[in-house]
Amino acid sequence: MDKLAVETSTGKHTVGPNGKKPIGQRIKEFIVDYRRQWEIQSMIIPGIIFMIIFCYIPIYGLTIAFKNYTVIDTLATAPWVGLDNFRIILSDKYFWDAVVNTLGISFLKLGIGFVIPIILAIMIYELNSGRFKKFVQTVSYLPHFLSWIVLGGMLITWFSTTGLFNQLLLSLGVISQPQNILLDAGKYWWIATLSDIWKEAGWGTILYLAIMAKIDPTYYEAAKIDGASRLRQIWNITLPNMRSIISLNLILTVSGLLGSNLDQTLVLMNSQNRDKAEVINSYVYRMGMSQGDFSYATAVGLGVSIISVILLVTANKITSKLNDNQSVL
Amino acid sequence: MNGKVAKEDLDSRIFDTLNMILLIICTIVILVPLWNVIISSFSSGKALAEGGFIFWSPEFSLENYRAVFNDQGIWQAFFISVSKTTIGVVTHVFFCAMVGYGLSKKYIRGRKLYVAMGVITMFFSGGMIPTYLLIKSLGLLNSFWVYIIPALFSFYDVVILMNFFRNVPDSLEESAKIDGAGDWHIFLKIFIPLSMPAMATIALFNGVGQWNDFMTTKLYITDQSLYPLQMMLYEIIVQSQTQSMQNVGGSAVIETTTKGVQLATIVITTLPIVLIYPIVQRYFISGMMLGAVKE
Repeated sequence: MDKLAVETSTGKHTVGPNGKKPIGQRIKEFIVDYRRQWEIQSMIIPGIIFMIIFCYIPIYGLTIAFKNYTVIDTLATAPWVGLDNFRIILSDKYFWDAVVNTLGISFLKLGIGFVIPIILAIMIYELNSGRFKKFVQTVSYLPHFLSWIVLGGMLITWFSTTGLFNQLLLSLGVISQPQNILLDAGKYWWIATLSDIWKEAGWGTILYLAIMAKIDPTYYEAAKIDGASRLRQIWNITLPNMRSIISLNLILTVSGLLGSNLDQTLVLMNSQNRDKAEVINSYVYRMGMSQGDFSYATAVGLGVSIISVILLVTANKITSKLNDNQSVL
Repeated sequence: MNGKVAKEDLDSRIFDTLNMILLIICTIVILVPLWNVIISSFSSGKALAEGGFIFWSPEFSLENYRAVFNDQGIWQAFFISVSKTTIGVVTHVFFCAMVGYGLSKKYIRGRKLYVAMGVITMFFSGGMIPTYLLIKSLGLLNSFWVYIIPALFSFYDVVILMNFFRNVPDSLEESAKIDGAGDWHIFLKIFIPLSMPAMATIALFNGVGQWNDFMTTKLYITDQSLYPLQMMLYEIIVQSQTQSMQNVGGSAVIETTTKGVQLATIVITTLPIVLIYPIVQRYFISGMMLGAVKE
């Protein structure tokens, strides 16, 4: 009791029977404190107003997923339709095609794109020459700063029949006729995955390298004396030290399985590869923005984000079990 | 014993050499395509139509750039890109620093509620359509300010700056208070100059985001005079894609002209980023670590 009284802002007020002060007194104290702090509060209030307008009003706007919203309605007047929109989703073939594409690309990105930055980071970490190390880092971070529009334009150039890609394959004798693989729907998943890796793998090493820089070098010295080979040292020292950051990244990647890169899709999708390129995000965009079916598009988006949250929680549970019950999140 | 050490040295050297070779291949895989785009953009239409070059163009020409720069649109788009990036970055960093400074004071009333509200925004959002409806009802469709106002605030950046401000010794604030300085004065005159490195890092990432952003335009802007470079490039790409599909075996001339324009626009769009890249590179690591501390 005494302790509580000291911790309150003035410390002199009486404390109620259950350790709390009467409500009126608390409000009074709040107002007194608030007015004394008004200068600091005036810095925070704009941020709060911003969040209410630009974050919380759209969250409230999600209710149109349960309504039948048309252009003539306002959010308030649109009639409620309950779960109708969600029921339509279940039988919407195009939606399920988009789900298949999203998962296909995501799993390819997870399978290949998740491991490559780890390997790349270890390779860079193992370099002895400081100058070459710097050079490799500079070069590999660069593609991250290109926009997807720029990279999309480049990919279209590289894959065109007269472009770099066909030239290379022709001169290596892999193909006899140049072909534009961007028009080949069957290859789209690979293009989406590999171009994403090309762009982001180098950038993905930064966090790993920062963690590795903190590993105590005496571990390596001791291992060397014991005669451990370089690969052994990587396996037994470097990787275990990166365990928690790798599992954190894995959780984030798994929770993003249903998300996809809208910029990439919009720039690489064309009428020939649409069947394989349409992902959930671009489907929401098409239904909502191009066809004006706001309620349905919102329902799709909402459903997908709910599943993503479930994935996040599950992945966190599983990895924390694997990591001796230490939750990374 | 000696033999064992020698074997290890040899193993180690093989490892180093292989590692080096693989990394050299990695850099080639990144640099050659980029180099190819640059020399292609400086190639004549004839060279582009024939193709078949990787490292050096058979016929150099400035015709692509001449075509791009003769179009008034690119100057307008460049102006929009530059102004949305500079205004966007300055307002974003200032706004986030202001809120972050306020939240860095542990004693303020309502702090728990403010932080909880902020954390929720990091995990939940209304998504594309509800945000679009909001922007529309605010009258921001087809307005330059749609690039600036919705991008003012990010709770993630607020947290980074808040942590930075917290590491500044309290004595600085206390002595200023004794001299009679108000909170705004302390924030503007003491804390902002002190936190330049953190603010520069946030400015860098925000700036790249603004420069590269095209979804904002795609969603909210239909007025072509408000198109930034990225959107203009997107339109060129879409246009040349449709053309090349209609033109299978058809007129190659139109196709290569748009291709040249496309290449030159790509280089122009990327140039500012590549130019500032070496200068700002030293902020990368510090920036990633700032973010990592929070996680």
